[in-house]
Amino acid sequence: MRTASCGTMESNDCLITVKTHNRLEIVIESIVFEQFGDQIEAVIKQTLALLNIKSLFVHVKDKGALDYAIKARLMTAIQRLEENHA
Amino acid sequence: MRRSLLFIPANTPAMMQNADVFEADAVIFDLEDAVQMTEKDAAVDLFTQFLNQFKLNNIEIVVRINGLDTPFGESDLNRIVSDQIDTIMLPKATVQSTALCEGLIRKIEKRKKMQKQIHIIPIIERAVSVIESYEIASFERVDGLLLGAEDLATDLEVERTEQGFEILFARSMVIMAAKANGIDAIDTPYTSTTNLKGLEMDSVLAKSLGMNAKSCIHPNQIDTVNHVFSPSLDAIRHAKRILEAESEATKSHLGAFSVDGKMIDKPIIERARKVIEKAKLWKIE
Repeated sequence: MRTASCGTMESNDCLITVKTHNRLEIVIESIVFEQFGDQIEAVIKQTLALLNIKSLFVHVKDKGALDYAIKARLMTAIQRLEENHA
Repeated sequence: MRRSLLFIPANTPAMMQNADVFEADAVIFDLEDAVQMTEKDAAVDLFTQFLNQFKLNNIEIVVRINGLDTPFGESDLNRIVSDQIDTIMLPKATVQSTALCEGLIRKIEKRKKMQKQIHIIPIIERAVSVIESYEIASFERVDGLLLGAEDLATDLEVERTEQGFEILFARSMVIMAAKANGIDAIDTPYTSTTNLKGLEMDSVLAKSLGMNAKSCIHPNQIDTVNHVFSPSLDAIRHAKRILEAESEATKSHLGAFSVDGKMIDKPIIERARKVIEKAKLWKIE
């Protein structure tokens, strides 16, 4: 199974790890999960839809990242996964 | 016109989101030295998404790209040149790289059908850049020169000192080149983030030589830099009196006049106008 990650555990950031997978699975750990867990999941799903990705394992360790940071970290992680595969 | 330009690493969301709260005149999102080689891709992705979501208020947005002699520089330009930024900061500038940068930006603006014309601040941080600084400053889109003393010291094989004698010639060259082309002369950052007295002395020296702005590497440097590079209240009062006296002299058809016993001529009037212009711009009364 191939893996790639991007981001940090600094405040306002998140560390996203992606792995090749036979279906879509999203795991979210967040300091603000109660308030923003659904929002984080929505950003992940929107970004994957934008990239036309239907199966992937996504692990998010969130330290209060805003939508743009989550989206960017996910996009970079996926790009790195594809580069590792190439 | 600028007084303070704050460097912010373009891979740190916490700092980027607060870019406009520190009262710098410009913020420099740094894709170059502040970002590790292994994180260049992450930084440009993050900064691109940041621009899409964030609207920074009343602040010039400058982006320091990677050098055009690296694998990242041209790609940085293609990704981040947009109507959402104002200025590209070009590291290790030479006449050749500044010409290349200007040409690439022009093509990108056309391709993206942009409304805005992006400016360039070349960094004068190599011996060859110092020698070429006048020509670098004369490019159409260049509206400021930044002296980069740390890299220059490496190129010159000298140690940086608190007194800064080793960069006196380079400072003077940057100032002359900038002023001869009517653009900003921006001083090198003061590298201690805790020695505010040293920062003030270094800023006063730079201003006395002709620098009109200074780059900052920590938010706590901005107040000092803004204070030093702003006209003082005394200077503003004096400038107002000169311009009032000039107005009276014009009404009375007087060719020459004096203020406080000193003859006032054209260069002094021009300096007074500049002081008032700065005071209005930065709302100093």
